[in-house]
Amino acid sequence: MGLAKRIIPCLDVDAGRVVKGVKFVDIRDAGDPVEVAKRYDEQGADEITFLDITASSDQRETMVHVVEQVASQVFIPLTVGGGIRELADVQRMLRAGADKVSINTAAVHNPEFVRQASERFGAQCIVVAIDAKKVSAEDEEPRWEIFTHGGRKPTGLDAIEWARKMVELGAGEILLTSMDRDGTKIGFDLPLTRAISDAVSVPVIASGGVGNLQHLVDGVKEGKADAVLAASIFHFGEYTIAQAKEAMAQAGIEVRDQ
Amino acid sequence: MSTQRLAIVDYGMGNIHSVHKALERVSENTDVIITDDPQQILSADRVMFPGVGAIRDCIAGLKSRGLDEALLEFVKTGKPLLAICIGLQALMRHSDENGGVECLGVFPGDVHGFSQRFADAGLYHELKVPHMGWSCVEQMQAHPLWEGIPQNARFYFVHSFFAELDEDSALAGETVYGIPFVASVTKGNVFATQFHPEKSQRWGLQLLSNFSKWNV
Repeated sequence: MGLAKRIIPCLDVDAGRVVKGVKFVDIRDAGDPVEVAKRYDEQGADEITFLDITASSDQRETMVHVVEQVASQVFIPLTVGGGIRELADVQRMLRAGADKVSINTAAVHNPEFVRQASERFGAQCIVVAIDAKKVSAEDEEPRWEIFTHGGRKPTGLDAIEWARKMVELGAGEILLTSMDRDGTKIGFDLPLTRAISDAVSVPVIASGGVGNLQHLVDGVKEGKADAVLAASIFHFGEYTIAQAKEAMAQAGIEVRDQ
Repeated sequence: MSTQRLAIVDYGMGNIHSVHKALERVSENTDVIITDDPQQILSADRVMFPGVGAIRDCIAGLKSRGLDEALLEFVKTGKPLLAICIGLQALMRHSDENGGVECLGVFPGDVHGFSQRFADAGLYHELKVPHMGWSCVEQMQAHPLWEGIPQNARFYFVHSFFAELDEDSALAGETVYGIPFVASVTKGNVFATQFHPEKSQRWGLQLLSNFSKWNV
């Protein structure tokens, strides 16, 4: 028995509340991050990722309290992304009980930040989030670039080279999101996932586009992802984490049973 | 029943919050404190030595606070000590991390890097480093800390370096990630895990609960 492939539900949190409606039949408050995290934990989630989408900086502190509360009641790894810009942000989240922080835009603006954070806190807690979009034409060799601002702003950075650079600087894991697929429910960008996974020595989490359980299987088998992240298929009650694990196990993928 | 005192060693690193909360959750009649005071460590009924990060900072953090001596002293008292992750590695003799660091030498073994070992074995790029996620732990001996935990239960690991023992008598748990390595090690009143029980959900909490009741 080897290392299990991980299933990671992702929760968007705005000013301390889960948004995009999580649907559990027997949950009292679907907007409470603690309640939602507890439910995913019971279902067998291998980790939980919180994405802080709070726009106003004066409400940033709210996320720290969310992490503290979740970490007091849910004993699996927690990752926090969104608004991690300085070493003090990393420290605050780790001290609150996060195990990893995910750095996105700040890595593009200042790659040295990744090195500093990794040297100070250890590569094991530094996830670099990469938002990539295909920029090659259909008849060309596939090529993907890094985009920021929710996929609107191109940076001109080649996704594969960027991923390698982030690992050299000290990223312990890559969270890869296809901006072409995000929200489409037609599955991961498998060639992209595979290209990044082959290019780096650290684990890669595939994200963006999951619409059914076969997509999760494909992400691992064809995309060679070490973990798969999904939001909406779990939030809207279409599938439970347990069903996702069963589908993966049936496809011959090693998963953690409870 | 009187209240016992369980001290978590705070040497300036790591996610102490999770360890603290997990221990509070599972231990009864226990006052769980976080401290960097050697006297508090020595007077505690049991001690938890947690950790994440790199070995050089860990050993430096211990030494600058006099906690290395306190831990070695505590081991001699015969009271229960549980070390986690970098805590386990710090209890070995020597680590190859950060260009080579002398450790506390409680266990007869050394710490090596997965990357180097995989490169030597031609496994490079087939296995990702760090070893991150849920792997099975084979219990190599019966122990009170394994009480109620099934053989080959999965625990959460995140590490790039691993311990190797000179001989197997201290080996309490083994995991295979390309190669077999020390998932847990024990000697007398000391038990150490490479995995993170505080992040290993049900079986992790069971192990912490067992530790809080362990009578050496």
